[in-house]
Amino acid sequence: MPSGKQKRVIPGTTIFDGDQARKGYALNKMCFSFNSAENRAEFLKDQQAYCDKYGLNQQQKQAVLSLQVLDMLAAGGNAYYLAKLGGIFGLDMQDIGAQQTGMSKEAFKARLVEAGKR
Amino acid sequence: MAKIVGGINVTHVPYIGRAIANNLQQDPYWKPFFDGFPPIHDWLAKVKPDVAVVIYNDHGLNFFLDKMPTFAVGAAPEYSNADEGWGIPTLPPYRGELDLSWHMIDSLVEEEFDITSCQEMLVDHAFTLPLELLWPNRKSCPVRTVPVCVNTVQFPLPKAARCFKFGQAIGRAIESWNSEARVVVIGTGGLSHQLDGQRAGFINKEFDLMFMDKLITDPLWVTRYSVPDLVELTGTQGVELLNWLTTRGALLGEVAKLHGNYHIPISNTASGLLAMEVV
Repeated sequence: MPSGKQKRVIPGTTIFDGDQARKGYALNKMCFSFNSAENRAEFLKDQQAYCDKYGLNQQQKQAVLSLQVLDMLAAGGNAYYLAKLGGIFGLDMQDIGAQQTGMSKEAFKARLVEAGKR
Repeated sequence: MAKIVGGINVTHVPYIGRAIANNLQQDPYWKPFFDGFPPIHDWLAKVKPDVAVVIYNDHGLNFFLDKMPTFAVGAAPEYSNADEGWGIPTLPPYRGELDLSWHMIDSLVEEEFDITSCQEMLVDHAFTLPLELLWPNRKSCPVRTVPVCVNTVQFPLPKAARCFKFGQAIGRAIESWNSEARVVVIGTGGLSHQLDGQRAGFINKEFDLMFMDKLITDPLWVTRYSVPDLVELTGTQGVELLNWLTTRGALLGEVAKLHGNYHIPISNTASGLLAMEVV
């Protein structure tokens, strides 16, 4: 059960709190396993089976198989762990940022540079 | 007794590891970042610290979410780096300083900071990269180390005021250590950045510059903000500034700014560097 606590709303932002940590445990645990090259290879061999081995629910599995970061966050994923999954597919933080904001990678990078000029 | 020579706060973006491995220090993207370091190299060569206490956060190398201490102190003879999953080079191990580790553990618990002690501990990029940046081009790091890990990953995080007090307790522990060693305190992470959500790419230059300034003159300024306030102001990962604040606390009393640098962006991050000398 979620805590039902009143939460601070910050647009476009999910705070990784107890509710998220509970919801995302299996997903984050699978991503933690990607610290090992052997596990990364096993995942790539059969992604579905690897998700099942870690007990991901349908929402989490779908998010992982479609590689949709916002869906993984909604399913309780934590950014640092999801980065390990992204790494398997050669996605860097600008790829991940671009996907989440619906921008092209070039536009996302340009926006970062712009933030330094203001 | 041991002497604290100063503190250095520095960004720890993983991407820096690749830049070092590929010798990109003078590449136009990286130059404004790496050019911040030579004045600090000169200072370190002058003050010659023997030991570095490194205050950082782990990103899922040593600690998983199965056990998440709020504050943890390393007490190992050496600390290994390991594969973090996305392919930056693994660095050779770092020497520990067991006497200081156990003195800090005793002293912190006596002061009612009930830390987790770790006789085995892997150290991730947040620990290794700052040491590589501060002592570059060496086969091994010249200082012995004590890692101090702060939870900035799974909420609730320790409040800013608590981190500052924790830092002060670390400072008192170092200064009461029966040793002739010279100790530098290093805080890693930040400054503003957000990796996740529709707000990914968020950066707040105005706040960062204010924070760096206040850290010297009025470090309690930032304690007016709750952790959720800090997320709103600096991004979900910008809260790593808690490691900077802890480090400032450890310097006890007044400090002078030795050198600072601030550059946007390194990866998705506003990179900051701030060296402080105890006055």
